[in-house]
Amino acid sequence: MIVENSEVILSVQDLTADVDGTPILKGLSLEIKAGEIHAIMGPNGSGKSTFSKVLAGHPAYTITGGTVLFKGQNLFESEPEERSRSGVFLAFQYPLEIPGVSNLDFLRVAYNSKRKHQGLDELDVFDFDELVQERLAIVKMNPSFLERSVNEGFSGGEKKRNEILQMALLEPTLAILDETDSGLDIDALKIVANGVNQLTRPDNAILMITHYQRLLDYIVPDYVHVMEAGKIVTTGSKALALELEARGYDWIREEEAIAK
Amino acid sequence: MTIQVSTDLDLQSVDHSAHAVYLSDLCERLDLDQLALGAETAALVQSLRDRASALAQELTLPTTRQEEWRFTDLAPLRQIKFAGSAWRQRVLANPDSEAFKNLILPEAVARLVFVNNCYMPELSAIANLPTGLAISSLAGQGGAIAGYLGQQPGAEEVFTTLNTAHLTEAAVIRVQRHQVIESPVHLLFISSPVPASRLVSPRCLVVAEPSSSLTLVEEYLTLGTGTDLINAVTEIWLQENAQVNHTRIQRHSQTDFHIGKTAVSQARDSRYTCHAVSLGGRISRHNLKVHSTGQQTETTLNGLTVAAGEQLADTHSAIGFSQPHCTSHQLHKCIVSDRARGVFNGKVSVPKAAQLTDASQLNRNLLLSPKARIDTKPQLEIVADNVKCSHGATVSQLEAEEVFYLQSRGLDYQSACNLLVEGFAVEMLEQIPSATLRRTLSQLILSQIRTEPA
Repeated sequence: MIVENSEVILSVQDLTADVDGTPILKGLSLEIKAGEIHAIMGPNGSGKSTFSKVLAGHPAYTITGGTVLFKGQNLFESEPEERSRSGVFLAFQYPLEIPGVSNLDFLRVAYNSKRKHQGLDELDVFDFDELVQERLAIVKMNPSFLERSVNEGFSGGEKKRNEILQMALLEPTLAILDETDSGLDIDALKIVANGVNQLTRPDNAILMITHYQRLLDYIVPDYVHVMEAGKIVTTGSKALALELEARGYDWIREEEAIAK
Repeated sequence: MTIQVSTDLDLQSVDHSAHAVYLSDLCERLDLDQLALGAETAALVQSLRDRASALAQELTLPTTRQEEWRFTDLAPLRQIKFAGSAWRQRVLANPDSEAFKNLILPEAVARLVFVNNCYMPELSAIANLPTGLAISSLAGQGGAIAGYLGQQPGAEEVFTTLNTAHLTEAAVIRVQRHQVIESPVHLLFISSPVPASRLVSPRCLVVAEPSSSLTLVEEYLTLGTGTDLINAVTEIWLQENAQVNHTRIQRHSQTDFHIGKTAVSQARDSRYTCHAVSLGGRISRHNLKVHSTGQQTETTLNGLTVAAGEQLADTHSAIGFSQPHCTSHQLHKCIVSDRARGVFNGKVSVPKAAQLTDASQLNRNLLLSPKARIDTKPQLEIVADNVKCSHGATVSQLEAEEVFYLQSRGLDYQSACNLLVEGFAVEMLEQIPSATLRRTLSQLILSQIRTEPA
């Protein structure tokens, strides 16, 4: 939802980043305001996932230039956990399996680390259990998944639902969904999208990274950006996604070449 | 009939070189004072001690030139002169002290406490025992222990001999035929440090009669920081169809030395499970020897070793089969940080007679620092031709991606690492039959280790 004069949540200017000395992001700029839903599309290797990991603070990437402000603060000054506590959430493309750590304990520790950051009392086991039961409904998740180890033995769809459950608990200001739709059948996609839609508010923002226009039928973006070779080359409305689905990415490359 | 399958080479390769340290040099003269154990018991113990003492005169401290001790250098022991029984006087104990109360397991059906190897009746709880369960110190045991005490194979091994030579006290547990003791019996061997370094020789004897069942928690710890050598021996006899669920916790201070032997004999159809957790000791070694003497025995060995700082923690297990249709399952995990070292040697002997044996062994290691080290050695000796035997070892570090995943959910680096370490350890802790003990161990492990980025 585009709201005039709403707060700028994320402001990215000329961002460049390397992995092992290879430049991946090459001057990326983007602004996201409260209430908005953005989608970034683009071919494989264009740097979409790198961008999401850079925002979350993945240690494998080196920032070589540019600025990223999150709610006016330099994002790169804080550790990954501080970014999380202040409201940045990355739903992983491939959520990790953590053997031996119960999902419920993991969710509680994550939730309480945010509460502590906000100066609130940590929730005890019983109060948290009540909260998590209520949030489970958002992603139609079976409570039995709480007793299992984090993501261990979960199907692809269950892992993605578990990511959205974490989002529902942490209530981020900026949620970055890295290919949350890939590998999902249509039923799971609807559940995940429906969950995300329940979590959108005028004071938060969502950045979706996806290969497929299909997701955008269920989570309708305000802006669609196309990424190519480490930067955003064009921005449009939802119609742009339909055009990409029909025509592929080559025409954008050609238009860009003509423009140069 | 007991078939001895242990092939400990210590005796055959005794070091007679000029630098050899004889056991008799290790500690002060044995104090063979009168034992107030009752005439029959005293006579039996004295004869065991005399034989062991004579043997101890000939035995030397093992060196790394011996295969069994290749990774475990006992040189630091040579620097210390250990006092023998001079420090064995009883200390006054306050059963109401916080330090002691924290050690009590509310789940336990009975508790037997030894401080510096002195039996402490005021700290023990052995009143109102369930039918068929007998628990006591050594005094007055007489004929009940004859044929069991000191009779396990491997009694001639160096440190076992040393323990027997100093035998003055023991925990004795006996479960009668058909009796099932579900709640744990808690044995506490507490070291209360004194200014000198001592040789402490705890001893434990367990007899599970036919078709009986026992849950046992055997715990060694130091109140404070000591430099003692705790040389413990536990002998467990499982008679036909008996079951013993044994938890063995070693959490001495990081400056103590601990050599522990668990010798187990399993008669036919018996089931033995061991959960061994080793946290303490500058140098620690757990020798776990299981002798299966009948058909269809089941052996489950779960082990968790945590070492940090300059610790060296060694587990040497040996399972010897002698009859067909037996199974063993072993999972041993080590968590090693700083400059510490972990050693695992797991022997499984399957002679020709032990057809249709099903034996598996897995050793998983987690290194938390670039300087931490693991030596792991499976040792399968299989002669029988129709068996299922597997073994494996893994060494890993904390996965950077997993740490990042947790950080991205708001956990700081250290909390993320701790959660992953707990996840690695929990499999070994969750089967311990006391929630209190599980919590204590979890906390101890996290306070012991330190994670450095690779």
